[in-house]
Amino acid sequence: MVLVLTPLRLALAALGALALSVPPAGAADTPDPAADAKAFRNYFVRKFPNVKLEEFVNGPYALNQDMHRQWEEKEQFPPYEFSLEMGKEMFAMPFGNGKGYADCFPNQGIGIRQNYPYFDNKEGKVVTLELALNRCREANGEPALSYVEDEMAALTAYMAFTSRGKPFDIRIPDDPRALEAYQNGKRYFYARRGQLNFSCATCHVQNPGERMRAEVLAPALGILNAMPIYRSEWGGMGTISRRFTTCNSQIRGVPLDPQDEEYRDLEYYLSYVSNGLPISGPGARP
Amino acid sequence: MTMTKTRAPMRMSIFSLIPLLLIAGPASAPAAGAEADFRAAYAAAEAAEQEAGHLRNQWTVTASALADAKKAADKGDFDQALASAKEAEALAKASIFQATSEKEAWKALEIR
Repeated sequence: MVLVLTPLRLALAALGALALSVPPAGAADTPDPAADAKAFRNYFVRKFPNVKLEEFVNGPYALNQDMHRQWEEKEQFPPYEFSLEMGKEMFAMPFGNGKGYADCFPNQGIGIRQNYPYFDNKEGKVVTLELALNRCREANGEPALSYVEDEMAALTAYMAFTSRGKPFDIRIPDDPRALEAYQNGKRYFYARRGQLNFSCATCHVQNPGERMRAEVLAPALGILNAMPIYRSEWGGMGTISRRFTTCNSQIRGVPLDPQDEEYRDLEYYLSYVSNGLPISGPGARP
Repeated sequence: MTMTKTRAPMRMSIFSLIPLLLIAGPASAPAAGAEADFRAAYAAAEAAEQEAGHLRNQWTVTASALADAKKAADKGDFDQALASAKEAEALAKASIFQATSEKEAWKALEIR
């Protein structure tokens, strides 16, 4: 039997071959957090071969020798010390009902910062430390604190301090919703926004170590390990929420509300890709 | 007779109004037109900004341009108000384009 290749058969054969050679739609987009974290780390290690991996948590101070010397001197009398003391007192002070923050957290809230944010399977959402602190307050009849002001910064400063040196240990449970939250955070990190058309990655992946006016931009690797931070530019302490919202407004984008889902997912992604790096917060930045 | 008598003053009054209309007409008609143009442009800008809001991608400069437009309109400066409203609409449309294109374009920046 002779097979006659009509134009129609040829077209069908070509389509079949194409279907076999092209991966199924969406395969390239399937998130692989472990591979992402490895690539993320390798990128920064290659970009800054003289910086030790655990030093990335010190942000711009890790990239510039002069600034590193300034930082060492600052750490003798750290500008976040007052906030740390305030946070310690706040943490120990009982609520009106006699309970306290320690009752809301594993290990009474001590040495647990490295596990936040986590994905809550019941809720199907990411829970950050700032959110968990306010939920603790509200569950005990106390009003929520502002996510961008001193009291929240003080509380998270104290909790970070009790976790200093512990490596970030962010987990992505076997739940498609957790993977989706991770992917949403990644998308937010890389998507350009604001009139300046910047993404988070524009500054913290493409240009760490470079100057933006008088500031040296921090690398994204380990950027949340030092939070909350005292910033000389702010003249005070700032939470992760404050950092995210001010980043957005600096590129002329209208910030979302603190702890909106996008910001929680962003924190989840950025923390996950810094897994293994030590908590160094509270930190100080120029 | 009576009719003629009554028409005469009316004719007089219409004729006397003509110069007034000739003077006032060119000044007030464009003012009303400018206000209508501003209102249409402002509504279009607000609609575009609302769409940018749905896409979670508003720009601070759009809000400023909208505020400038309103401020100028409140002062009766409809030319300036129209210019600011048009600027706001252009900014809002740019932010919509950005949000739409970044749905896929962000992947180009990803570390792999």
